Amino acid sequence: MRRRAQLAIGAACAVLWALSASGLDTTVLADPALQARYVALTHELRCMQCQNESIADSPVDLAADLRNQVREQLLAGKSDEQIRNWMSARYGEFILFRPRYSWRNAWLWGAPGALLLLGALICWRIVRTRTTLLAQDPDLPEEDLRS
Amino acid sequence: MLPELGHFALILALLLAALQAFFGIAGPAFARERWTRAVTPALAGQAVMVVTAVVCLANAFIGNDFSVQYVAHNSNTALPLFYRVTALWGAHEGSLLLWILLLSLWSVAVAIRSTSLPPNFAARVLGVLGVVSFGFLLFTLATSNPFVRLDPPWPDGQDLNPILQDPGLAVHPPILYTGYVGFAVAFAFACAAMLEGRLDQAWARWTRPWTTVAWAFLTCGIALGSFWAYYELGWGGFWFWDPVENASFMPWLVGTALVHSLAVTDKRGLFKSWTLLLAILAFSLSMLGTFLVRSGVLVSVHSFAADPSRGMFILVFLILMIGGALSLYAWRAPLLRSSAGFELGARESFLLFNNVLLVIAAATVLAGTLAPLISDALKLGTVSVGPPYFNPTFMLSMLPLTALLSVGIHANWKRGRLKDKQRTLLLSLVAAAVLGVGLSFGVYTGGHVLTPVGETLGLWIVIASLVDPIDRWRRGLSLSRAIVGMTIAHLGLATAVIGLTTVQSFTVERDVALSPGEVTQVGSYQLRFEGVKPIEGPNYSGVGGTFLVTRNGAPVAVLTPQKRQFWVQRQVTSETAITFTRGNNLLLALGDDLGAGRWSVRVQIRPLVSLVWLAALIMAIGGAVAASDRRYQAAKVPVPAPTSAVPGQA
Amino acid sequence: MNRFLIPLGVFALLAVVLVIGIFHSPDKGIIVSPLLGKPAPTFALPALLEEQRTVSTQELKGRWYLLNVWGTWCGECRAEHEMLLKVKQSGTVPLIGMDWKDDDVQARAWLVQLGNPYETVVVDRDGRAAIDWGVYGAPETFLVNPAGIIVYKHVGALTDEVWTREILPRLTGAAVKS
Repeated sequence: MRRRAQLAIGAACAVLWALSASGLDTTVLADPALQARYVALTHELRCMQCQNESIADSPVDLAADLRNQVREQLLAGKSDEQIRNWMSARYGEFILFRPRYSWRNAWLWGAPGALLLLGALICWRIVRTRTTLLAQDPDLPEEDLRS
Repeated sequence: MLPELGHFALILALLLAALQAFFGIAGPAFARERWTRAVTPALAGQAVMVVTAVVCLANAFIGNDFSVQYVAHNSNTALPLFYRVTALWGAHEGSLLLWILLLSLWSVAVAIRSTSLPPNFAARVLGVLGVVSFGFLLFTLATSNPFVRLDPPWPDGQDLNPILQDPGLAVHPPILYTGYVGFAVAFAFACAAMLEGRLDQAWARWTRPWTTVAWAFLTCGIALGSFWAYYELGWGGFWFWDPVENASFMPWLVGTALVHSLAVTDKRGLFKSWTLLLAILAFSLSMLGTFLVRSGVLVSVHSFAADPSRGMFILVFLILMIGGALSLYAWRAPLLRSSAGFELGARESFLLFNNVLLVIAAATVLAGTLAPLISDALKLGTVSVGPPYFNPTFMLSMLPLTALLSVGIHANWKRGRLKDKQRTLLLSLVAAAVLGVGLSFGVYTGGHVLTPVGETLGLWIVIASLVDPIDRWRRGLSLSRAIVGMTIAHLGLATAVIGLTTVQSFTVERDVALSPGEVTQVGSYQLRFEGVKPIEGPNYSGVGGTFLVTRNGAPVAVLTPQKRQFWVQRQVTSETAITFTRGNNLLLALGDDLGAGRWSVRVQIRPLVSLVWLAALIMAIGGAVAASDRRYQAAKVPVPAPTSAVPGQA
Repeated sequence: MNRFLIPLGVFALLAVVLVIGIFHSPDKGIIVSPLLGKPAPTFALPALLEEQRTVSTQELKGRWYLLNVWGTWCGECRAEHEMLLKVKQSGTVPLIGMDWKDDDVQARAWLVQLGNPYETVVVDRDGRAAIDWGVYGAPETFLVNPAGIIVYKHVGALTDEVWTREILPRLTGAAVKS
């Protein structure tokens, strides 16, 4: 039963996704800095119904309601972090497209850097081995190919 | 009757694939020549059976046979014929059949071209392909049979999902799958080499064209998907780092590394174990992708109807197949040592860095894609990952890569001799920087601090790639297809870098409410709304808006975005109007009827976004040209690749 | 150690993650609510069926109740209505309805037509209360204990299976204890 509901919602969203034009917001905040934050925030929050859409692009009512919330809280002077906390207190971390910078997510944010270090290490070892082998290699100038 | 025939054909195909796999692997292993020679007939039979099954299913769609469940779920009498045919691969069961068909066709192609390969080796390659075919056919018959009947038959079908009623569906899956499946060939070549216990430069020369062609198809397939999303979905996005998109991008990244690693193995007999590993990895990621989109473990708007039991089956298949290949690798790779050497500034070095960076990029994307699963498994709670993670981490590996490319292509094999090229490189960098900064500040407004960096890197690749070929051409020297192909492909990459940097930096997007007759200004364009009128199509009706676009008084285009409601599924889609002008893409999508003729509208100006897809086409052409090089029209008896003193010989 | 075994080792780890993923996947798509084990968000909303009456979470304290979020526009809600009537008949726990982003007239007609399983129905016209409860897709049902803590949330139509497997044990377990 639950899965059928999921499929139904998923199917509806998949089609409504093309309808995303009607996720349109024609009101613009007067302060350009606030408007910029609004655009940034709404693109970073997941629409919980059409879960692969941000609330900026999603056509469903829930997305419109959440966008209103963001707008109201911005006008009330809340910070970006406060708004994100407010959202995730109600919907969980899943509503955020940007994983939190926390110890729990350290492995995720640290992975690219760690991989680069590991890659550099591997490269260094290989180059070192090969340069040593080259020193022992008989010199054959005709092996120098351009391409 | 025909559906039963199709079903029966699939069963026969399964048996023949089993024979193909058995003969291909056991024949050479036990030195049974008769078995070895039986592989190709088994494959031929399997291919014929698969084609038969596909024809039966196509017939059911064309003939509106709603006694077949798959047809009833995905078609309708009002569906135009073109879409009735493409609906064949519109959902899970049919798309699997497409996979199997393409695998058979690739296998047949390998068989036809394998006359220049040693018979035992060719048999092993086809045998491994047979194992893959067997797995997919078993999966289809056991869990996803497209020929299941409905009793009583439905009077009419549920219709194809309206989003899929688009020419994009006709081309995107077949081309994408051709690429995906093509990496199975590289995988099979790798496994055959491991089974033989031998991997030499001749092996690399045989494997290269197949891999390059598969890569070219995958490049096009991904680009088509991106382009389709762009114009069909209307919000101007063309890449979302969705799990299904990532599932095709990861094999592409590793496939690119594979293509380059094969070059090193071919030229200098180096990186053999890396090439093997990359070949296994590329196909593994293809398989992983198949698993991810059909198992329901990840949330994605692209997923097929997800089913954990299907997921389990694919997972077991994946574990056996890849576990087996990696075990073979652990067993055989230690034997593949080479004593060749090279300098830090040599071409081999740069290709090493290139491959490491590509694999890191793929690993990063994998980490982000699987993050929800990993976090859950490690009991770290839930995490959700989207573009804010993928974009910066991807750029982390790609920025160095694009910089190293411009230098690396000037490096000689073995001894880089970059000192000779210092001046050329420096001059090209300066020229690129001047143009890049000019583009970033002189042409567009806005942008990001990394914008000039991106533009410069892209332009540097263009200049650096063209220096030598042009010089050679001017001196009347020959240019092999391999070099030409390589240059074209690199220019394609440069195009992508420039296009992506520009569109990410300078896009303008606005939502406005307009009444008929009203004019609004977006960027340097004026839009005048003329109103909406009702429209009707073969299986839909709706409204179409008309907008006059001008720039400084001069007319640019008339745009007619639409909203369509499909009769059967009663769902509404929005057709974005797109026009291309002065290097910009102008997009217009209808929003909501605000009453009294007033409508909300989304307007976007996306400069140079078309370069992104053009880039893919250029890269694919480069790959095709390189793969057609005369070197690969191999002689019957393989000879070790000679080192040549003549410049210009690839 | 043979360093060529590393890829196989890494793959083994990956396979473990994927197997766990498959086994957990029936729960996927159902986001684990961060409100579980926390106090139910407060609201004071107009009643659908009684004129001039506002229902607040205060007055609901001190007993178990099921908050069911629904709307006349929601197909699954229609499907679960039978089950809700059964719950009402069993008399085990009262149902409080939250009519989400709906039309009052249609909602009343719906209850008249299909039967009213709810003790009270509150109206959330602008969706704010629903957002506070972390609602993202009707129907959703919350089980709240006498202390006002949300002990269970179900997304999707309420079924016999969910009732017997998840809700009853929590209700009776507490009854035995207290």
